[in-house]
Amino acid sequence: MAMIEVNDLHKWYGDFHVLKGINESVEQGEVLVICGPSGSGKSTFIRCINRLEEYQKGTIMFDGRDIHAPEVNINTLRSEIGIVFQQFNLYPHLTVLKNVTLAPVKVKGMDKKAADELGLQLLHRVGIHDQAHKYPAELSGGQQQRVAIARGLAMEPKVMLFDEPTSALDPEMINEVLNVMKDLAREGKTMLCVTHEMGFAREVADRVIFMDYGEVIEQNTPSEFFKNPQHERSQQFLKEIL
Amino acid sequence: MQYQFNWIATVTGEPGRWLWEGFVTTLEVSFIGIVFAMILGIVICVLRMTRFKPFVWFSVAYTEFFRNTPLLVQIFFWYFGAGVILPDSINDWINQLYYWFPGPFTLGGGEYTGEWMLFSSESVSVIIALAVYTSAFIAEELRAGIFSIPKNQLEASRATGLTFLQAYRFVIMPQAIRIVVPPLISQFLNLIKNSSLAMALGVTELTYQATQIESYHGLAFEGFTVATLIYLAISLVVSFAINMYNKHFMLQVKY
Ligand SMILES: Nc1ncnc2c1ncn2[C@@H]1O[C@H](COP(=O)(O)OP(=O)(O)O)[C@@H](O)[C@H]1O
Ligand SMILES: [Mg+2]
Repeated sequence: MAMIEVNDLHKWYGDFHVLKGINESVEQGEVLVICGPSGSGKSTFIRCINRLEEYQKGTIMFDGRDIHAPEVNINTLRSEIGIVFQQFNLYPHLTVLKNVTLAPVKVKGMDKKAADELGLQLLHRVGIHDQAHKYPAELSGGQQQRVAIARGLAMEPKVMLFDEPTSALDPEMINEVLNVMKDLAREGKTMLCVTHEMGFAREVADRVIFMDYGEVIEQNTPSEFFKNPQHERSQQFLKEIL
Repeated sequence: MQYQFNWIATVTGEPGRWLWEGFVTTLEVSFIGIVFAMILGIVICVLRMTRFKPFVWFSVAYTEFFRNTPLLVQIFFWYFGAGVILPDSINDWINQLYYWFPGPFTLGGGEYTGEWMLFSSESVSVIIALAVYTSAFIAEELRAGIFSIPKNQLEASRATGLTFLQAYRFVIMPQAIRIVVPPLISQFLNLIKNSSLAMALGVTELTYQATQIESYHGLAFEGFTVATLIYLAISLVVSFAINMYNKHFMLQVKY
């Protein structure tokens, strides 16, 4: 059974057909990279999976359950799916550690000590445990994004979603974030990553899908996709990002 | 002949006692007014933010109506007008409030008859008017503060599994409060200053007492000067206290 099973997913913003029938299946432990031009619906697609966006047609199964089934609690669902945004979106009024522990404490009811331990352990994993008591604004972009990853991992999600996690970063900070993501991939985390980082895709992705105008128009292994894109639009796109 | 200032006579004896009474009344009316204005303001703001249309309409009508009509008219409405539409039982209740605190008694070294007591129907009308009027502004300030928090904060917190209320309580509100405190202070100060309109109903607050000093002792300049300084002092103290509180408890945050 696939971890995520997307069936004929359609979404409209008013008259605008953003997602035009996505069919995709992601296995446990799989790393899927989603690329495509800006505005093609990549963010909308992954945000449908944790119900940050609603859709009008089709189904998404997560871990064997329809995410819209009445017995599925939206907050439980979301706690099982971590997400990292382009703009980090850390809580500016909380320390780095509190950013990470807020959800375990409030959603899971974890006691503060255990949560702090978990938080420090996660911050260690992303390499910023020594900044635990600083505020997000005191950190560099790369460090903030790593905190955001730790926050996403804090609920021990079955799947991690990444929406262009390195696009807002200065070039010299991209690798520190990608390295954390690669570690996660190698540890067997199921990941859906919207990214144009080819090195990352080549190294750890199992599959790349290419989206354009709300459709998946090509999919392949990373090496094949980058070497030998089939579709004219993917060829064009790869030329542009190189 | 040149005017002889008589400051001593203004702050001692009968004028001094009146000023003290006025000061205490102003503080009481303002304090209770602020508490109720905050409560109402929060309620109106919450109603506005629900997606339930009748609540939203009510909230919009409330804020527009009370913000855009003169406060003095509103005070007269609550005193002369509201009684007509309120049930007798409530009117009776308001009228008998006066007798809860029978005079005379002593406070701050003065003997009081109890006539200036807060719970006269005049005072109650004024407090209602001030609270309702100010709450309309407070509701708007609260809403502006909450809206100034980027939407992605709500999204990020909901994405971790926090409920809507938890997200507001732990992520949105703590950030909004720091933005909202300065405009709230100025609304509180407005209420304190606006409480001087209570004299229109003969509530013996500070401004009323200053007019008394003018009428009975002829100390117009001195009376109004001292009253002005007292208002200024109250405002500065309130502003300073809230800012200090805010610095200590809310602003331990860096962006
Ligand atoms: N809230 C919205 N309302 C209307 N259109 C939207 C909204 N959000 C996104 N869109 C449109 O949907 C399309 C896909 O957006 P998005 O999923 O963000 O693309 P991508 O992530 O691939 O750049 C874009 O054309 C965008 O303008
Ligand atoms: Mg996007």
